[in-house]
Amino acid sequence: MRHLATVALLAALLSPGAALAVQPDEILKDPALETRARNLSQELRCMVCQNQSIDDSEAPLARDLRLLVRERLTQGDSDSEVIKFLVDRYGAFVLLKPPVELNTLLLWSVAPVVLLIGIGALVVLARRRKTVSVAEAALSGDEQRRIASLAKPGE
Amino acid sequence: MIPELGHYALVLALALGLIQSIAPIVGAATRDAGLMRLASSTAVMQFLFVALSFAALTVCYVTSDFSVLNVFENSHSMMPLIYKMSSVWGNHEGSMLLWVLILALFGALVALFGANLPATLKAHVLAVQSWIACAFYLFILLTSNPFVRTAEAPFEGRDLNPILQDPGLAIHPPLLYIGYVGFSIAFSFAIAALIEGRIDAAWARWVRPWTLGAWMFLTLGIAMGSYWAYYTLGWGGFWFWDPVENASFMPWLSGTALLHSAVVMEKRNSLKIWTILLAILTFSLSLIGTFLVRSGVLTSVHSFASDPTRGVFILLILVLFIGGSLALFAWRGPILKQGGLFAPISREGALVFNNLFLTTACLTVFVGTLYPLALEGLTGAKISVGAPFFNMTFGPLFVALMCVMPFGPLLAWKRGDLYGVAQRLMAAFGIGLVAIAVTFAIEGGQSVLAPFGVGVAFFVMAGALVDLVERTALFRAPLATVRTRAMGLPRSVWGTAVAHFGIAVTLLGIIGAATWGTERILTLKPTQSVTLSGYEFTFDGLTQQAGPNYQAQVAKFSVRRDGALIAVMEPSKRAFAARSMTTNEAALLTRGSGQLYLSLGDSEPSGAIAIRLYYKPLVMLIWLGAIIMMLGGGLSLSDRRLRVGAPKPATKSAAKNTLQPAE
Repeated sequence: MRHLATVALLAALLSPGAALAVQPDEILKDPALETRARNLSQELRCMVCQNQSIDDSEAPLARDLRLLVRERLTQGDSDSEVIKFLVDRYGAFVLLKPPVELNTLLLWSVAPVVLLIGIGALVVLARRRKTVSVAEAALSGDEQRRIASLAKPGE
Repeated sequence: MIPELGHYALVLALALGLIQSIAPIVGAATRDAGLMRLASSTAVMQFLFVALSFAALTVCYVTSDFSVLNVFENSHSMMPLIYKMSSVWGNHEGSMLLWVLILALFGALVALFGANLPATLKAHVLAVQSWIACAFYLFILLTSNPFVRTAEAPFEGRDLNPILQDPGLAIHPPLLYIGYVGFSIAFSFAIAALIEGRIDAAWARWVRPWTLGAWMFLTLGIAMGSYWAYYTLGWGGFWFWDPVENASFMPWLSGTALLHSAVVMEKRNSLKIWTILLAILTFSLSLIGTFLVRSGVLTSVHSFASDPTRGVFILLILVLFIGGSLALFAWRGPILKQGGLFAPISREGALVFNNLFLTTACLTVFVGTLYPLALEGLTGAKISVGAPFFNMTFGPLFVALMCVMPFGPLLAWKRGDLYGVAQRLMAAFGIGLVAIAVTFAIEGGQSVLAPFGVGVAFFVMAGALVDLVERTALFRAPLATVRTRAMGLPRSVWGTAVAHFGIAVTLLGIIGAATWGTERILTLKPTQSVTLSGYEFTFDGLTQQAGPNYQAQVAKFSVRRDGALIAVMEPSKRAFAARSMTTNEAALLTRGSGQLYLSLGDSEPSGAIAIRLYYKPLVMLIWLGAIIMMLGGGLSLSDRRLRVGAPKPATKSAAKNTLQPAE
């Protein structure tokens, strides 16, 4: 029922007079700048929404942030300067892709580490299996004695 | 009277569930066949009582009985009948009732179709199934009773959330829940095997059809939900990496891994412990999904349930079942004997690779979803983990998995010949390279990622076909031979090829929609036109229309291609008075595998209106691929059905010998 949720969230945001996410009056004249603004918007979180970028969100705050991003860009900021400006103001919470820091180390490292451990474990297992199967191939002295005793007639 | 009947039926189901939780276990321990058989009867009766309870709630909705609080809060007398029925599960209490209904249905199915299961295994499975059911009956009865009455019946209901008044609500949740809850069977079988301390290929043969069935419904349910969000939310996104979406995606990933590891267990009697663990994890993820959505832990309007007692109760269920099953696994798992050995390069090896990548991908989603919650809980620091994170971490894992996918079905069991398989895949590889070159040329070198993705998709599609072409000797033998060979191929081989083909189709759709989509956002006055990707849209004007419980503002657009009128698109906005809310109904026009997408913004007094206009090439392939995947599952399932059940010991080896060479 996951989309009920996405959907219910929007229901809350869609107050009377639903608006579009990016509105026509926000769009910059310079297409190159506008493209940069859109790309940046997709990386930035609308802080009053659940996990939505300001590019998708219809909340008034998202609109303010979109306008802010465009204002910085028209003033000649680079993409990273815009990001820095917003992080200084609102904290790392505004980034949908959290930076690699001490408290996100686990977040970023867990998948590659687990993958490496998994591969390592498989390699070790494969090696061990090989030795096991070799060991199984040859009979031990004890087993040969038992076979010999079983093969003896009359027992 | 009817709500009380529904309430009482649920209490009776709980009583039956409690009997079923204990009696069969005692029966299995004391070898009492009567007690063990009891479980089958109670399982069927449980289902009947839950169905009665569900029917009672449905009747309350259909007759608009607003004396029932749940109906009052989520229904309206003017709502069309289909939405009255689907709003039964469009709220917290009702959706939990749907959850237990499906759970009881699966229990009854095991009871009815499990005649050839070993008696003790069946008894244990039904008992475990009943433990889960009892926990959820108690949850509903103690914290989320849908049958509570109000002191004075209001004249009119508060209406269902308008965004949920959509055919999507009628289809999506039941599909998704069948998938979620269907994994409970695999879980119950796993726990039963741990209790008995015995597990063999017959066990896997039993579990696979249930898992496959659940997986098919989950696949369709997720795809359906994605399409629903796509056309409802108004900006044409199809996947948001939203925590609630992730909640349904995680069981899908681990369920897919389980399907594959169960194959190894069934054919080669290997990977036993791992398969048991995956069965436990998959259902645990379903439970965690329920917890995430139902508990309100996501601290947002996202969840219907904001009552903390519910959250604590579900958390308790979670701890009990996941903790308990993992403890049991740690205790009893090691006594399960490992079976067949295999070389790293082999079909088994490929399936292990699949499992490693799928579970890592699942873990990525898991960590990404829960990390912000955990971090905030532990340190108070707030971070966001959204789509850019998942695209960056999940994407490469999945692409790596796709690159290796065509090799798996071509490798031999036990010991495969990688070089030989690579040679057989040369044609597929060539097709992939050509696809990359062609895409790169058409795109004019804009990006590298998209052509590469297209290449991977074509490699996988061609790889899936290579397997079929070789096995049927197509292009090598006369058509008649090909036909008999094709008919003689096990359905599961067809299933594998079709499902692998499907995932590649989905990948192609994702790349197309995400990379080559075009959009225009602008304000149009009546009679003005705008052009997008060769289509000309003319705004013909606004009209008002009255719906059953809403007022709609409908905009009419004529769509022309090369001057010829091809369609009229009518996006609209609906105003629902009961909740004073508006919904946005986008207009969609399918062109080949792409779609034109048009949604409305604010209108001005002058008659001008803001619009969002998209062309999304290949977007339909996303959902088409999911349907193909599901069909692949169905093909494989139809093969299973002939072989379902624990085979008799005498025929077991014979059956294996005759089947093995064919695959």
